[in-house]
Amino acid sequence: MSKANLLNRRQVVASLLASRGDAIAVGGLGASTYDIAAAGDHARNLYLWGAMGGAVMIGLGVALAQPKLPVLVITGDGEMLMGLGSLATVGLQKPKNLSIIVLDNESYGETGGQMSHTAAADLVGIARACGIADSVALATLDEIAAFAARMQDVSAGPRFANIKIDAANLERVLSNRDGMFVLTRLRGALGFPPI
Amino acid sequence: MHARADASTDAASWPEDIFAILQRFEVRQVPYVPDAGHSQLIERVLGEPSMRGIALTTEEEGVALLLGAWAGGQRGVLLMQSSGVGNCINMLSLTQIFRFPFLTLVTMRGEWGEFNPWQVPMGTSTQGVLELAGIRVLRASHPDEVREVMEAAASQAYDACTPTAVLLSQRLIGTKVFVK
Repeated sequence: MSKANLLNRRQVVASLLASRGDAIAVGGLGASTYDIAAAGDHARNLYLWGAMGGAVMIGLGVALAQPKLPVLVITGDGEMLMGLGSLATVGLQKPKNLSIIVLDNESYGETGGQMSHTAAADLVGIARACGIADSVALATLDEIAAFAARMQDVSAGPRFANIKIDAANLERVLSNRDGMFVLTRLRGALGFPPI
Repeated sequence: MHARADASTDAASWPEDIFAILQRFEVRQVPYVPDAGHSQLIERVLGEPSMRGIALTTEEEGVALLLGAWAGGQRGVLLMQSSGVGNCINMLSLTQIFRFPFLTLVTMRGEWGEFNPWQVPMGTSTQGVLELAGIRVLRASHPDEVREVMEAAASQAYDACTPTAVLLSQRLIGTKVFVK
């Protein structure tokens, strides 16, 4: 499955989060959540173990509620494909602090590596056509580091980045999967007490 | 095509009752898939600076959005039609996993003199589907009970984090009239 010219997903996510500051990170169902966990647990991480297709919308809700904080959605091509309409919803709302990053291995890695539609479908073109003008494909770690710096600018989004990654299945790094714990911890980090 | 059989096409009072309660509970994000029965409320939301009306492409987007809103410290309410409830089923898992304040207001089709048979299957199963998904269901059928039902729904959803749906019955909204 490995192709020499494709990026390693763990390196990509580690680079995206290395200088995250106050950013909130939402991880889509599947390997994206493992990648975020591998980069280090954080009170401002919201891990998903289900709700396929919902990652971008969860990110939009946070972004609209916290317009001064960078909000990152890091998800996979399969999860993104199930919620393509949410790109149109983001394109209409245009939250300036939201960045959507798709780790695109053109396959459903969690279920055995079946082919996904991104072998044909161009997610960057879809995102741009939905009204997310700053939609790019990133191919090198230098480009990813530059994008990570741009994500901190909460006055110029929304942005979308598609990153073709190596389809190799890496060892799972399991994040916490207790939703109430993760949510309460995130809200606490933002200054909201339990009800 | 959007005419209704009774006087509720003119500015009805019950959407104003709903709007007032949403304001009092400091609801900030209002995702919606348009429905004629919600049109007056949607107009009020879009004209209110403290609220953000968010048009969706499909209803389950709104369930996920409300989780994000709460994670960021804001309350929301999802406006949809009964046909949209079926679209939400898997995403409603979020209400059990995260126990966040979930409130949806569902305008009913497929009951009370429905003309369009295509609305009947989902309209008939709407309440059952919601209850199987762990959502408490309240219903308002008459204009003079909307305020009381909304008060109860908003209180249990926002104060007790009990996921709640209010079904606004077709009898309340008025049956959609199809004209050639």
